[in-house]
Amino acid sequence: MVPLMEWVNIILQGALLGGLYAMFAAGLSLIFGVMRLVNIAHGDLIVLAAYLSLLATDAFGLGPMTSLLVVVPLMAVIGYTLQRGILNQTLGPDLLPPLLVTFGLSIIIQNGLLELFTADSRRLQAGAVEVASLHVADGLSIGVLPLLQFVTAIAVIAVLQLVFYRTALGRAFRATSDDQDVAQLMGLDNRHVFGLAMALSLAVVAIAGIFLAVRTNFDPAIGPARLIFGFEAVIIGGLGSMWGTLAGGIILGVAQAIGAQLDPGWQLLAGHIAFLIILAIKPDGLFPKVQ
Amino acid sequence: MAGTPLLEVHGLDAFYGDFQALFGVSLRVGQGQVVAVLGANGAGKSTLLKSIAGLMASPREAICLDGEAIGSLRASDVVGRGIALVPEGRRLFPSLSVEENLLIGGQLGRPGPWTLARIYELFPVLEERRSQPSMSLSGGQQQMVAISRALMSNPKLLLCDEISLGLAPIIIKDIYARLPTITAEGISLVIVEQDIVQALTAAQHVYCLQEGRMVLEGTPTTLTREAISAAYFGV
Amino acid sequence: MSAPAIRIEHATRSSRAGLVLFAVVFVVLVAAPWWGGRQHLRLLAEIYAFVALASLWNLLAGYAGLVSVGQQAYVGLGAYLLFALAMLVGVPALWTIPIIGIVAALVSIPVAALIFRLRGHYFAIGTWVVAEVFRLLASQVSVLGGGSGISLPVGIVLAIAQGRQMREFVIYWLALALLVAILALVVWLLRSRYGLALTAIRDNELAARSNGIDVGRVKLVVYVLTAAGTAMVGALIFLQKLRISPDTAFSVTDWTAIVIFITVIGGIGRLEGPIIGAIVFFVLRELLADYGTVYLLTLGVVAIAVMLKAPQGIWGLIAGRFGWQLFPLERRVVYLGGEQPAKCA
Repeated sequence: MVPLMEWVNIILQGALLGGLYAMFAAGLSLIFGVMRLVNIAHGDLIVLAAYLSLLATDAFGLGPMTSLLVVVPLMAVIGYTLQRGILNQTLGPDLLPPLLVTFGLSIIIQNGLLELFTADSRRLQAGAVEVASLHVADGLSIGVLPLLQFVTAIAVIAVLQLVFYRTALGRAFRATSDDQDVAQLMGLDNRHVFGLAMALSLAVVAIAGIFLAVRTNFDPAIGPARLIFGFEAVIIGGLGSMWGTLAGGIILGVAQAIGAQLDPGWQLLAGHIAFLIILAIKPDGLFPKVQ
Repeated sequence: MAGTPLLEVHGLDAFYGDFQALFGVSLRVGQGQVVAVLGANGAGKSTLLKSIAGLMASPREAICLDGEAIGSLRASDVVGRGIALVPEGRRLFPSLSVEENLLIGGQLGRPGPWTLARIYELFPVLEERRSQPSMSLSGGQQQMVAISRALMSNPKLLLCDEISLGLAPIIIKDIYARLPTITAEGISLVIVEQDIVQALTAAQHVYCLQEGRMVLEGTPTTLTREAISAAYFGV
Repeated sequence: MSAPAIRIEHATRSSRAGLVLFAVVFVVLVAAPWWGGRQHLRLLAEIYAFVALASLWNLLAGYAGLVSVGQQAYVGLGAYLLFALAMLVGVPALWTIPIIGIVAALVSIPVAALIFRLRGHYFAIGTWVVAEVFRLLASQVSVLGGGSGISLPVGIVLAIAQGRQMREFVIYWLALALLVAILALVVWLLRSRYGLALTAIRDNELAARSNGIDVGRVKLVVYVLTAAGTAMVGALIFLQKLRISPDTAFSVTDWTAIVIFITVIGGIGRLEGPIIGAIVFFVLRELLADYGTVYLLTLGVVAIAVMLKAPQGIWGLIAGRFGWQLFPLERRVVYLGGEQPAKCA
């Protein structure tokens, strides 16, 4: 029997990990909301951000958190360029072109990283913060890094929510999502609006990528699994709901933590099964946006 | 009409794929003028407005505003030059509140008389409903939002596509009664209507489209009812 | 006015020429053991497998609109079933292939029930999740080597046929036969009433629905048939590799990314597409063999370029210019007498 306190601990760790998944999901959800595009390369872009922060810390001697100052704007620029240069041409009633093109990008990024950085596992060193933890109760302590990551996830989602519902940019996103033609009549160039949405999405990806790099080992091949976690969090939470996405991430993280406790080989499987069960009983997710 | 007209459409063709919707259509709108375009369903009226607004591709020289060729501009650039379209079916943004719909209309920040305050003066009911979801409004109120949203861009030329469609006669009358306030600011109007009576009372100049071709033009006083009906029904 | 007697004709002049061409090529390929070396046979069998996988994906995505990125689920399922049936149940290796088709079809039905709840792009990623679940489950099966995989015991391999050369011939012919069977299945399906329904769905799903086509059922039939075919091809691929592991059997790059790129480069929604695309792929791979994964990078770039600049693919360009069609898939009404209906204006 695992003592109760240990279960509390497992669930707590899972929930904190869920914050990372919510960050994976937030960027995915954002661009789907604005332009109905599912970016298959999303996970690989997270890994790309992780490598960029590795380069930034190696080359400029920055700490992982300060490397955000370089990597976030860089990823945003990459996002805008990618959208204007390639992805805008794929948008339309047919869903195959965006899917195929982002699939192609995924393969290109993966193999490009493989050529540049080899298949070796890497990790971003964060120093003392990696092992620091807060003592909560007997047998229960919270790592500072997971907590920081969870708080960041909440902050990221809160900021996205704010941007979406309280700013002119968010208004432009929602208007373009509602009706592209009429949005153009308001002087909104949809190509530019979509570029900004992708820039914002990849800015979030950059943050997620750096936390991923500090928390776990990474190599060029791990992107697709990150895409799947983000995707599962989006569907569990319910399409179009940012806070639902956070809940989805937490559920996924907790399911994985419980699975890992039962059998180390069951960590990922438990997460997927939780997703499939929710898909079977509540296909619209737990917190669908009411239209 | 003396001098350069505000808008000049010259020999405009328009296509949906292989289907040609407009054949060499020409039209002139003077400063502060109200022009009506009449025609049956499918005559090409909406296509004409969409082409002017830049939603459909046109040759550069086919459409001139203040003597400048704007035919090849994208819709998002045409608004910046001072042409706004009130689209058929109103097409408000459902995710946006009433006030957000208005703000997005004015997001380019073109200077001019139209501000939120002016709009709320023109349609006081919209101020009461400012934070409601736009689709919760009645049809007439939605049409007011659609017109106001276009006005917020402070256009020189306002294109109105079937603003009476699906509305009760009393509401149509109410909306048409506000048009003089709009033209008093020096804005020119192009009104596309199936409601001939309403259009003829409001307009100073009338065009009739039939199967994509301009078949008749004149002033409401010189054109007889019979001539318009003939053009309208193609008999 | 009597109703005119009509007959539906599928063949065109170019498709008749195509049939002759196929017959000639088929004979040459059947005879490959007599003119080619072992390396040729292996390469050809590999090409057949990719053409078969791409044809099945083409049917699924190009015709039924079910854009799956999780077909590696069925390649891996077929591969693991081969090992399980041969090693644990004692079924002779070649006899496992038809059983695998049936089992995969049965497995795909509940899977479809679940993932058909997802629409469009989300369906695509849903199929990927299913493939991941299959992969993780496979790595839990310790009798088949768990996460690190296992080799097919020598005894099972030896039992396929007498002598090493004959074994290679048999597997080669089997790969060719399976490809021909799959191409025939696809042609037959597209010419059947399902084919008309599929064309209608592809052109306009809403209109197809309102014309009484049971869209869900047509899609399910295609999904299940594709799963069965994909699993059989998977089994055959790993019968040649003789070694299995969860990562190779359920590889998204090998069994889905490359397969999709082949289809798109050749021409999606056209039967000829996968054949042309596979040729492009193998030429690229052989040319860039010395540069690691560069061929994959190149393939991705070419696929993106084709999708953006010529979305109908290479065969689409050729067919569009010359009006060629190698498979008898056209439907033309031929009047056999009686009164011809007057042409409508």
